[in-house]
Amino acid sequence: MAVLVLAEHDNTTLAPATRHTVTAAVQLASGPVHVLVAGLAAAAVADSAARVAGVEKVLLADAAAYEHGLAEPLAELIVSLAENYDAILAAATTFGKNVLPRVAALIDVAQVSDVIAIVSADTFVRPIYAGNALATVQSKDKRKVLTIRGTAFAAAGEGGTAVIEKIAAAADPARSQFVGHEVTRSQRPDLTAARVVVSGGRGLGSKENFQMMETLADALGAAVGASRAAVDAGYAPNDAQVGQTGKIVAPELYIAIGISGAIQHLAGMKDSKVIVAINKDEDAPIFQIADYSLVGDLFVELPKLCALLADR
Amino acid sequence: MKILVAVKRVVDYNVRVRVRADGSGVETANVKFSMNPFDEIAVEEAVRLKESGTATEIVAVSIGPAQAQETLRAALAIGADRAVLIQTDEAVEPLAVAKLLAAVAGRENPGLAILGKQAIDDDSNQTGQMLAALLGWPQGTFASKLAIENGRAVVTREIDGGLETVSLACPAVVTTDLRLNTPRYASLPNIMKAKKKPLEVLAPADLGVDITPRLVTLKVEEPPKRQAGVRVSDVGQLVDKLKHEAKVI
Ligand SMILES: Cc1cc2nc3c(=O)[nH]c(=O)nc-3n(C[C@H](O)[C@H](O)[C@H](O)COP(=O)(O)OP(=O)(O)OC[C@H]3O[C@@H](n4cnc5c(N)ncnc54)[C@H](O)[C@@H]3O)c2cc1C
Ligand SMILES: Nc1ncnc2c1ncn2[C@@H]1O[C@H](COP(=O)(O)O)[C@@H](O)[C@H]1O
Repeated sequence: MAVLVLAEHDNTTLAPATRHTVTAAVQLASGPVHVLVAGLAAAAVADSAARVAGVEKVLLADAAAYEHGLAEPLAELIVSLAENYDAILAAATTFGKNVLPRVAALIDVAQVSDVIAIVSADTFVRPIYAGNALATVQSKDKRKVLTIRGTAFAAAGEGGTAVIEKIAAAADPARSQFVGHEVTRSQRPDLTAARVVVSGGRGLGSKENFQMMETLADALGAAVGASRAAVDAGYAPNDAQVGQTGKIVAPELYIAIGISGAIQHLAGMKDSKVIVAINKDEDAPIFQIADYSLVGDLFVELPKLCALLADR
Repeated sequence: MKILVAVKRVVDYNVRVRVRADGSGVETANVKFSMNPFDEIAVEEAVRLKESGTATEIVAVSIGPAQAQETLRAALAIGADRAVLIQTDEAVEPLAVAKLLAAVAGRENPGLAILGKQAIDDDSNQTGQMLAALLGWPQGTFASKLAIENGRAVVTREIDGGLETVSLACPAVVTTDLRLNTPRYASLPNIMKAKKKPLEVLAPADLGVDITPRLVTLKVEEPPKRQAGVRVSDVGQLVDKLKHEAKVI
């Protein structure tokens, strides 16, 4: 079976999430794996995609309609290619989640979201109920449309020598326009790719106090995450939210500070390798899944921890 | 402008769901059900658009068992004007839900459909995008801000890298993220009034939609449990263990 992977990018750089999706595609495919790069002046992205191990061909659609990754023109393009493929995959990121269900509906396929394991060509495992249950589902559709959870599949490495084929743009429905974006600028590693993630919750108490998480992140070279409560209160930006309805992370080390451990938060981080929690409430549910628990006041412990780590 | 809102009856977000011993699904007997939290946000947004004079009528739609009438009454109590229940005891997949909603949209001709971004039971995050596709409408998913200006929906979206704003020609589909608004509590008088608002009950067949599932659930299991960890006495011990025991720093 031939598999098409929708690449995620900013017209310059291929997103790491796509590499994880390629790994899933290679597992699923008994035939070639192709990557679709749709963008504007995105040749550099196609070049990177061509070097990803396991990719046989890169389709490059270069047109103004694809500059901002809008779902409406992208879905038309993918639908125009769909009959050549047995499966269409994208990462379960906000980009993939936005575009792929639109494609699935247009080709009358029930999408399987957030796949964490491929059992066979038609059977997949996915979490439901905030990860409190894992469902094994078999798709009866002729074509499969899947979004892939990055934490469950390793990133495909370099070493590919795919050919790049330029393809024509599809008709643009032109019902949507990009107006602008506010990109969160950070020197830190990407949350979903970081080896260490430090997350703060409502316990931090204010945006100013939340700066302490930055100090901790500096000491560890970590990415900074947050609970929903911390984001809602404006301590951290929306894209820092970890959980059922935010980002899913599985770093080597996850440090949760002033976070109670609601199931919706655990859904986003419980597959981390080592979990540390600091909380003043010894009954906080986060301690039930933490490998190392410290009961204490974060305003006392966090500065001490930062100091210790800084002069490591 | 008429607004369609989709509301799903789901296991309440506070319930600790348990997997049935026979692996057939999760235990839903004797557990509390509520409106999907994202759908409460959808109803609230529609009501605010009506209060600001942009929306003229709000129609709430649910697909589910007879008990989903309670969910619809809750939407009516927040401020929806009418409700439609498409009643079925079958589990309906997002694609079929989208087809049913598209059929209702065909009868109602709304200028906007507002859905939640995700149902907290199946966690699919598909239905709004699928509805937009079936209707040929543009979509503004994961909205944290919505304004209707000159017949267009201007939507600020929560995306992985921050925020993005798109402008959509109406009719359009919008799906809600958590920070779009904080839903109000329905007042007692409004709960009483909601009981008298019209609620139409239809069957999927009345809308000519085939809801046969495309996915077969082979089994449902508990995820692997994490081993209980240890308590450390101070940050010194913590750093020591992270270095020498876990070897992660
Ligand atoms: C539909 C829906 C989706 C959701 N999605 C998400 C999601 O994706 N991600 C997410 O995180 N949440 C999500 N939530 C919210 C979730 O249910 C919780 O409300 C949230 O995770 C709580 O955040 P918190 O732990 O920071 O705050 P709280 O639960 O208020 O916990 C704060 C903690 O800080 C501790 N603390 C306070 N002061 C100190 C101190 N001085 N020193 C040490 N500890 C201190 C307290 O003991 C407490 O345990 C969702 C909820 C709903 C309904
Ligand atoms: N059975 C249903 N009845 C009404 N609305 C639904 C139903 N299923 C899904 N929806 C809507 O679609 C949104 C996304 O659901 P899902 O795609 O299942 O995650 C929900 O927040 C609802 O607004």
